[in-house]
Amino acid sequence: MKKDLILAGVGGQGILSIAFVIDNAVLDKGWKFRQAEVHGMAQRGGAVQSHLRYSDKNIWSDLVPVGSADVVLAVEPLESLRYIDCLSEDGMMIVSSTPYINIPDYPEMDEIISNIKKIPKHVLIDSEELAKEAGSSRAQNIVMLGASSKWLGIEEELLKKYITMAFERKGEAIVQMNHKAFDLGRDAAEKYKV
Amino acid sequence: MTIEVLLGDEAVARGAIDAGISGAFSYPGTPATEIFEYVERYNKKANSIHAVWSANEKVAFEEALGMSYMGKRALTSMKHVGLNVAADPFMNSAITGVGGGLVIALGDDPGQHSSQNEQDSRVFARFALVFCFEPSNQQEAYDLTRLAYETSEKFELPVLMRLVTRLAHSRAGVTLADPKKQNEIYTDIDWKKWNLLPAVSRVKYKTLTETIPKMHDFSDECKFNKLEINDKKLGVIVSGIAYNYFMEVFETLETKPSYLKISTYPEPLKKIQKLYDTVDEIMIIEEGYPMLEDSLRGLLNNGPKKILGRHTGHIPRTGELNPDFVYKALTGKEKKPIVSIDMKLPGRPPALCKGCPHADTYKALNAAKEMVKGQVEVFSDIGCYTLGALPPYNAIKSCVDMGASISMCKGAADAGLKYPVAVIGDSTFGHSGMTPLIGAAQEGTSMTVMILDNLTTAMTGGQHSLTTGHPLIKVLEGLGVEREHIKVIEPLPKNHDENAKIMKEEMEYEGLSVIIADRECVQTLKKSLSKKKKEAE
Ligand SMILES: Cc1ncc(C[n+]2csc(CCOP(=O)(O)OP(=O)(O)O)c2C)c(N)n1
Ligand code: SF4
Repeated sequence: MKKDLILAGVGGQGILSIAFVIDNAVLDKGWKFRQAEVHGMAQRGGAVQSHLRYSDKNIWSDLVPVGSADVVLAVEPLESLRYIDCLSEDGMMIVSSTPYINIPDYPEMDEIISNIKKIPKHVLIDSEELAKEAGSSRAQNIVMLGASSKWLGIEEELLKKYITMAFERKGEAIVQMNHKAFDLGRDAAEKYKV
Repeated sequence: MTIEVLLGDEAVARGAIDAGISGAFSYPGTPATEIFEYVERYNKKANSIHAVWSANEKVAFEEALGMSYMGKRALTSMKHVGLNVAADPFMNSAITGVGGGLVIALGDDPGQHSSQNEQDSRVFARFALVFCFEPSNQQEAYDLTRLAYETSEKFELPVLMRLVTRLAHSRAGVTLADPKKQNEIYTDIDWKKWNLLPAVSRVKYKTLTETIPKMHDFSDECKFNKLEINDKKLGVIVSGIAYNYFMEVFETLETKPSYLKISTYPEPLKKIQKLYDTVDEIMIIEEGYPMLEDSLRGLLNNGPKKILGRHTGHIPRTGELNPDFVYKALTGKEKKPIVSIDMKLPGRPPALCKGCPHADTYKALNAAKEMVKGQVEVFSDIGCYTLGALPPYNAIKSCVDMGASISMCKGAADAGLKYPVAVIGDSTFGHSGMTPLIGAAQEGTSMTVMILDNLTTAMTGGQHSLTTGHPLIKVLEGLGVEREHIKVIEPLPKNHDENAKIMKEEMEYEGLSVIIADRECVQTLKKSLSKKKKEAE
């Protein structure tokens, strides 16, 4: 058992909450993990990513080597393409189709989407719509976590246990909203046909 | 057995706490900020450690040194360039030596994710003749920090812990050991030890140099340095985090090279000698400067065996290591991506937040620049406002080191520049902006200093700032700035014209003026509002 993940997005989109849930679920299973993240300057609206690797055996590098990511999970479409080199042979690209436009030269959406669609194994999710359906567009990160859940090798209950833990401080309503966001993402990925 | 999920930074902090520190002293700086922040959070419950941000790294270092002289264990943490600011006490603490264990935890930033340079702190440790421990993972960060305190007290020397960004900001489960009690305060002190009058210092320096062989021996015996003899053609020396990238590749190799992992400096000389004598060629993989590589090659590089590394192009000369570079160095082959696209991706650089006060200040400053006649140059400093160098603002020119805006602005005024302007944040002003202002005030230098007071140290995540609001005005008056040329503006779109006019007038004033642009960072404002809302509920 070994998984290499890249989590990608823009500073402030909640990549680290996704990582928190997976890290703790993995630890709960008694596995090992390494999770490299970005702090500092880039968090001001720049491109951010997290390399997350877990296994029931030892893990060496904190960084995912080229061509070995099992999953690239992107909360933003342009950001997904930045890590395409990392994808392994049967690597899964799970991408939100909701753009975050804070640069003047943001490419045409059609170009981005058609490139994502060229990837043999991918899932495209309208995370904004689903997050709103769950109760808040801020839950897009958890929608995407739900969308990827089938490929993580971790039981759903365990992921949900740590979603609860991640949002507990903010009250029961927020916890429930995020659980719903997770379910909606999972179901949407299930239905997605390439 | 307790396992905690910790960043490399936090593992160092926790190691220090469990080694029984009585104080943590720091000034924020990526990637080292989270070291102090962990102690601060831990201490909210425990309340047994002194943990308050210091004005700058030199102050932090000296506070930690003072605590150590009193027999207690202390931690000081900072980013790599912070040690440039604290270089004076650092160099000299190696000569005085320490009482209670003193560890300096440094965050180096190879690849310059958030820094002006990628200086390698191992070189600094060698310069000062002190130990440098370089963990390869989070568990070692914890274990080596605890060992660092023991070693510091055993050798009566400070120990430098070197982390790199990738480890500082990477999480893993860390197994914790039993915590130690804090030391008792010394009541009987031999002060001569800690007084560097030349007559004392000459003797102490000689003693320090005589300790070096023992320090090498320590490294040879230290279990964190590991020599494994395999195939005898290639021997690889790997240091710190490079060990992980090496092992990632090593496990896939059919012919396993011999290797030496180094995690403590001064180097384990006997182990290096043994590897050197055993293999035909040596490759060195180290994060940062080619320090080991330079040492092994020597100036003339005419030893009997080839030394491969950054100088020979096996590893790129600058920038951060990764498993792919190491794969190429060891196999000669390049890893090709499996999937690729034909599309050029635009970068997404960091930018000022929507509604940031600095944006309004820069718009007004750009307008004021148009209003005066003659050459205007804007010297900036380091903080969120440095992003004003980028479009659409293009408002500032230089960015060198903390506090440099004011001194460089004065130098430019002394050179005859008509309208010299300095732009500096409130936290940076407290860090090292006050000292250069005293001279400018006494000389009555014709220049304009803008202090962008957003009430916080925003760039590094919103830490407490010592020089903001009312106390800031008092400080300025105390430094000798004329009260009528200390102007306070509120950088908001509605005040644009008025603010630009004030800037123009002060630029035209033939003397020193200071304009404080006073409005809170929107990020910290958001945080404090949501905290208030929660408290009200
Ligand atoms: C010697 C040194 N210490 C620390 C840093 C890291 N650092 C960069 S900017 C900054 C603080 C900026 O705060 P402030 O001046 O108030 O500006 P703001 O970011 O709030 O706009 C810090 C701590 C550094 N670059 N150099
Ligand atoms: S964090 Fe604060 S100071 Fe920095 S860019 Fe954002 S609003 Fe401006």
